[in-house]
Amino acid sequence: MIDRRRLMHRGLMLWGLQAGLGASSAAQAQAPTQSRSAGLSVLLLTPGTDGRLERSRLERALPWQASGDLADAVALGLKDLERPLQQAGVRVDLVVERVEDGPRAAERVAALTSAAASTGRRPFLVLSDLPGAWLSSVVKASAVPVINVSEPGDAWRHGQCAPTLWHTVPSERMRADALAQALVARRWTKVLLLVPKEGEADRIDTVQGALQRYGLKRVESRAWRLSADPRERDLAHPALLTRGDYDAVWVIDGDGEFGQQLPYRTQLPRPVVGDAGLMAVAWSPRFDRFGAPQVSRRLLRQAGRPLGSVDWGGWIAGRIAASVATGLGMAGSIDAARVQQALRELEVDGSKGVALSFRPWDGQLRQPMLLTDGQAVVDLVPGEGVLHPRNRLDTLGTDAPEQRCPRSRT
Amino acid sequence: MTRSSPVDVTPSPRRRSHRLSVGLGLFLSVGICASVAQGQTPPLPTLQGVVLVSSEKDHALTVIDLASTSVVGSIPTCKRPRHLQRLGARQVVVACGDSNLADVIDLDRKASVRRFPLGESPEIFDVSADGKTLYVSNEEDAKVSAIEVSTGKLMASIRVGEEPEGLLLSRDGKRIYVASEVANQVQVIDVASRKVIQDIPVGKRPRRFVQSPDGREVWVSHELDASVSVIDTQRLAVTGTVRFELKGARRSDITPVGMVMSPDGKTVFVGLGQANHVAFVDTASRSVRATVLVGKRAWGVSLDRKAATLAVVNGLSDDLTFVDVASARALKSVRVGRVPHSALFIEEAP
Repeated sequence: MIDRRRLMHRGLMLWGLQAGLGASSAAQAQAPTQSRSAGLSVLLLTPGTDGRLERSRLERALPWQASGDLADAVALGLKDLERPLQQAGVRVDLVVERVEDGPRAAERVAALTSAAASTGRRPFLVLSDLPGAWLSSVVKASAVPVINVSEPGDAWRHGQCAPTLWHTVPSERMRADALAQALVARRWTKVLLLVPKEGEADRIDTVQGALQRYGLKRVESRAWRLSADPRERDLAHPALLTRGDYDAVWVIDGDGEFGQQLPYRTQLPRPVVGDAGLMAVAWSPRFDRFGAPQVSRRLLRQAGRPLGSVDWGGWIAGRIAASVATGLGMAGSIDAARVQQALRELEVDGSKGVALSFRPWDGQLRQPMLLTDGQAVVDLVPGEGVLHPRNRLDTLGTDAPEQRCPRSRT
Repeated sequence: MTRSSPVDVTPSPRRRSHRLSVGLGLFLSVGICASVAQGQTPPLPTLQGVVLVSSEKDHALTVIDLASTSVVGSIPTCKRPRHLQRLGARQVVVACGDSNLADVIDLDRKASVRRFPLGESPEIFDVSADGKTLYVSNEEDAKVSAIEVSTGKLMASIRVGEEPEGLLLSRDGKRIYVASEVANQVQVIDVASRKVIQDIPVGKRPRRFVQSPDGREVWVSHELDASVSVIDTQRLAVTGTVRFELKGARRSDITPVGMVMSPDGKTVFVGLGQANHVAFVDTASRSVRATVLVGKRAWGVSLDRKAATLAVVNGLSDDLTFVDVASARALKSVRVGRVPHSALFIEEAP
C-alpha cells in the first residue's frame, strides 16, 4: 500500500507493486523469487504544488473536480492487474515525481526516460497529471509515450496533439457533447449560456461548438462575475442573470464557486447544467452498473476516498500501463515503438460496460460519459437513439473527419 | 412499492400492459409482485412446477407457475438476492450481496428457514455434491470462501484475482473455476490443497461458467469480448472460442454473461446481454445455431430438466422470457421483480 504522507512529502517515491514472478501457478507465486521477474517502471508526473487539492476546493466536492491524490488511483489500477502481471513474470514499479514547473518537468522526463538512464529505473511509459501548459514540453522531452491522465483541454487533442501523446481523461469537448446529447434527448433545446466575464475562452468555444453541432438554440450568452458590488449586480445576481425564456441554463465555471450557487436560484424553474447542476463526468462513486461500486470501494479501502471522476483517468491509466507491461513480458524491453504499438491496439475494460480503445486521430480514450447531479447517476451517454456510422462513442469529442492533428499516430 | 399489495394475477386494465418483446402482437398483464409484508400474502401454491427468480432490488424471490407461466407469489429473502441453487432435495440457497448472507429457503415451508454468513459481497456460488460445502466468490475481497453448510463456518478463504464473479465446482468436486472480471483470468483452485494451481488468461471481463456432462470442458463467457471460450479441463488452457455476431448489433453491444448447457452437452445457451438476445451454441461445431430476441440485457439463463424450455432473465426490463428450445422462439415474457438476476426451475413433486 502507498504511504500517502511519504508521497506528499517526498519528491520521489518508488512503489513496488507486489507482483511476483514468472510463476505459472499462484501456489508458486505466493513465495516469489525476486530474481526471476522483469522489473519495469511507470513514471507519474504530478505538480509539486497542487491547487486542485486545496482544502476549500476539495470541500466544494464538485463531481468533475479532483478529489485527492491521483497517485492513489494509478496505484490501484496497477494493483488490479497484479495477477496477470505475475503470470507474465513482470514487476511494475510506480515512480511518482513531483515537479514545480514545466521546464523542470521536461528536464526530469528527459533525464529519466533517455536511453542513457540506468535501465532499472527507466520507465516504459510516462503518465502526466500536469497542467496543459506543461504538457507539450514534457511530450517533446520524453523518449517514451505519454498518457495525459488529468488535463481535459481540447488543444492537446486538436492542433497541439503529438503522436506519442494519449489521453485517458475525457476532453472538455466530450463533456460538452455528452450534455448536449442529453439536452437534445429531452428536447430542452433553448439554452441560456452563462459564461465568465474573464477567462475560459477555450471552454466557452467548446460549449458553443457543442450547442451548434447538436442543433441547440443559444437563447443568449451572458457574462457572470463573482461580486457583491451592487453596481455589478447584473453580472452577479442569479435571478437577474437568468431572465428570459429558456429550457435550461448552461453555466461555464471552471472553478465552481459561482456555478455551485446557481441551481434553484434561477428566475425560471429550469435546470442548470454544465459545470454545476447536471454535469458530465468520467466516473461517479454513485455509478452502480458494470461492477462500478467494487472499483469505487477498492479506492475507498486503499486511500480513504471513493473513486472520483478525475481518479478514473488515473485508475484506467494504471490498468493500461499494467496491460502494456504484461505484453512486454519477461524481456522487460523498453522499446518505445512497442509501447506505442500496444497503445494503438489496446482494448481495456474501464467498468463502463464496453471495451475502451484509443482513437488513432486524437489519441483520446473513447468512453461513455456519465451525467450526474452529484447525487445520482442520471444518464449514461451516448444513450439510446444516438447513432454513428462506426462507433457510437465517437459522437463524443473529435471525430475522424475533423482530424487536425499535424502528425499521424500510425 | 410503498403500499403492500396482495398478489394478483388477474389481468386488469388498470395495470400496465407489458408488450412481448418477440413482437407476436400479444399483450399480457401480470400482477405486480412486490416484496409484500408477510401475513398479507395469499398462500403460495406447492412449490413444484415453478420457477424462482431472484431480483436484486426486491429482496424477494418471485414465484412463476410453469403451467400458466404467470407470477403466483413471492418469497421474502435477504437483501440483494443474486445467485440461487438447489441444496439437497427440498431446499434452495440464495446468496445475498448486500446482506452478505446465504438464505436457506425450504420448499415445503415456502419460507426462509436459516441464514448463514457468506463473507463480503457474495456473488456466484456452488455447492458440493454431498451438500456439505458451499464455495462462493466474494467480489469485494477478491476471495473464494469455502463454507460449511451445516454450521455456516468459514473453512477456508482463497485469494484470487480482483472482482471474482463466476464460480464453478467441477463435477468430480476436485477443482473450482473462478472468473476474475478485472484480471481477465480464470483461476483454477485445487479443492484438496485449497490453492490456486493455474491462472488461465481469457477474454475481457470473464463472467460465468458451464461444464460439459463428461467434465472435459468448462465454458466461460466474456462480457466485453462478444465471445465465450472453451477451457480444456485436462490441459487447463483455452482450446477454442466462439465469437458472436448479430445482424444489426455491433460487437460492443454483444455482452455475454449467463450460460446454461443442455444435459446432453450438445447445446450451450448464452445470454447476449445488451444485444437482447439469447444464442444457441452447438458444442460439437462450436457455432451459433440460433439467436432469439428476448428482453433488455439478457442476463441469467436457466433450462428445465427436459431441455424444452429456457428461462432468460432480462436485467434491464425487469422481466423473464420463456423460450421454446425446439422451435427457438420466445413464448412469453413475464414481469418479475426489480433488476432480476437468476432463475431456478423447481419441477419435481415434493
